[in-house]
Amino acid sequence: MEKFKTLSGVAAPLEIMNIDTDMIIPKQYLKTIARTGLGKGLFSELRYDDDGNDVPDFVLNQPAYKNAKILVAGDNFGCGSSREHAPWALKDFGIRCIISTSFADIFYNNCFKNSVLPIQLPQEDVDKLMDDANRGANAIVSIDLEAQEIRGPDGGVIHFDIDPFRKHCLLNGLDDIGLTLEEADSIDSFEKTASAERPWL
Amino acid sequence: MAGPRTLYDKIWSDHLVREDEDGSALIYIDRHLIHEVTSPQAFEGLRMAGRKVRCPEKTLAVVDHNIPTLDRSQGISDPESALQIETLAKNCADFGVEYFDESDERQGVVHVIGPEQGFTLPGTTIVCGDSHTATHGAFGALAMGIGTSEVEHVLATQTLIGRKEKNMRIVVDGELPDGVGAKDIILSIIGEIGTAGGTGKVIEYAGSAIRSLSMEGRMTVCNMSIEGGARAGMIAPDETTYEYFRGRPRAPQGAEFDSAVEYWKTLCTDDGAEFESEIRLDASKLPPIVTWGTSPENVVSILGQVPDPTKIADEARRRAMQRALAYMDLAPGTNMVDVEIDRAFIGSCTNGRIEDMRAAAAIVAGKKVSDRVNALVVPGSGLVKAQAEAEGLDKIFTTAGFEWREPGCSMCLAMNDDKLKPGERCASTSNRNFEGRQGYRGRTHLVSPAMAAAAAIAGHFVDIRDWN
Repeated sequence: MEKFKTLSGVAAPLEIMNIDTDMIIPKQYLKTIARTGLGKGLFSELRYDDDGNDVPDFVLNQPAYKNAKILVAGDNFGCGSSREHAPWALKDFGIRCIISTSFADIFYNNCFKNSVLPIQLPQEDVDKLMDDANRGANAIVSIDLEAQEIRGPDGGVIHFDIDPFRKHCLLNGLDDIGLTLEEADSIDSFEKTASAERPWL
Repeated sequence: MAGPRTLYDKIWSDHLVREDEDGSALIYIDRHLIHEVTSPQAFEGLRMAGRKVRCPEKTLAVVDHNIPTLDRSQGISDPESALQIETLAKNCADFGVEYFDESDERQGVVHVIGPEQGFTLPGTTIVCGDSHTATHGAFGALAMGIGTSEVEHVLATQTLIGRKEKNMRIVVDGELPDGVGAKDIILSIIGEIGTAGGTGKVIEYAGSAIRSLSMEGRMTVCNMSIEGGARAGMIAPDETTYEYFRGRPRAPQGAEFDSAVEYWKTLCTDDGAEFESEIRLDASKLPPIVTWGTSPENVVSILGQVPDPTKIADEARRRAMQRALAYMDLAPGTNMVDVEIDRAFIGSCTNGRIEDMRAAAAIVAGKKVSDRVNALVVPGSGLVKAQAEAEGLDKIFTTAGFEWREPGCSMCLAMNDDKLKPGERCASTSNRNFEGRQGYRGRTHLVSPAMAAAAAIAGHFVDIRDWN
């Protein structure tokens, strides 16, 4: 997995609550057998009109936000399905960090497997960053994962929390399957005990 | 572990391979269900790293999301869907995983076939790359939806990295009124706790109204746990559960069944066990429910009205409601019984089982679908379809003007040709009313099978309690 240490770029505001995974990447894009190339489908029902042209009002179509790397969003971002196509689409578009007051569990988990950083913050911090993000091309926000800090355009610093194991994996780009396979002996011994206790499984 | 424990605590600790002091854990997965949409990239990952499937015998594959529900004898016309389905077949053959293909009578929606085959069992950990995996929690299993990277992790290691979630209990006591069922219970719960109310929690559903539900009804309740934000929902197994598994192909048989039941009997929350949060509902006061908006928490009684955003104080919520009403093309104050529909969909992992077919058929018998409505019944599996046909339900539906289709996810997520056209309004027994969920600009109202059937006949929503 790609390492995630620092990130600096334009933050785009998306002030909608309960942005679901169908909204992030609609079903017609789920027929792929690849992980890449989904950026074109990101938010497609908000981003394109009936004829497939860009909707000028949609934030990621505005010149200032076309290269956004960070999304500041409403509560409960990523609710709905388990489709990992959601973080794949965000990443393929160029968004590596999403900031919200809350995330749905499966989406949150999926982000970390793809070197995308979801940051959960209290409402007042999200409000502040939403204001920053509304400044268009001047909305440059920097993220330092090691220090767990977000630096806004005014130089103000916001601290964020993150699970230490997930942080470690992101910073070092670790493949967690490789890590788990190193524990094969423990898995073998669990299987022996379990099949003695529950032989019908 | 000392002290009284919850059902979730017990299953969690019975599956711990390792738990660190900081709470991060490796848990063993007993059962892994896979389907065509969220597995190709996982198998590709295994191939690239030269890895094998650790336990093919604990893995079962089926095609459901993408599959046409009309005649399949001509093959699949959409090349992308066809490739995805061929890829699943090839992956299963290459990695030694059993696969129910589109011609197999056992094929169906992944969350319908798992229990049907006895692949799902009480006390197990079950995962699938699908958020409605919580369905299997109805049997007292810890069942969770996972992403594709986690699918790959489970294929390679038969384990999942995670940390324990909080315990939440929802107690539903009392007797359900006629015409009110499992779907109304879970929609009412989501309305109560909100779409993020269960985030970070595992929900245990308890109380006399839950106990009195059939296994089908319990699956409907657990299925929509994710719509309340919870990755897993569960119900302690009891006699209803044990009886369900007797004689199922993959369930234990004979003396082994009896020893399994002895273990299953230990799977209950101990008196005095603590829950981080608890909600109580009185089943006797629940009405038939219909959703008005684009989030499953947007529920109202069938006798209620479309809400008024100007009465919402919180700005973010007011804007969300305005957006939803604009999308749904509904005016505040409209009576739900006056809302006309264009389509009806009966099926899905929420309501595609035999009991759902029976409930809808009972409403439809001897009546005709409204001229303004196109109505679809999609059984949850080939076995549900065969059972329904043996009972003559298919004839009841087709005589009334419903289409009777082949099993699959169909218009629940509209990945195949079954989808709403822009602007169409649907009474749907599925689980999500998100924007575009059932088709671009389609408008979804979530209801029970009986309510969807009645709306298809009347052409608008009706109070099923008055149906005759």
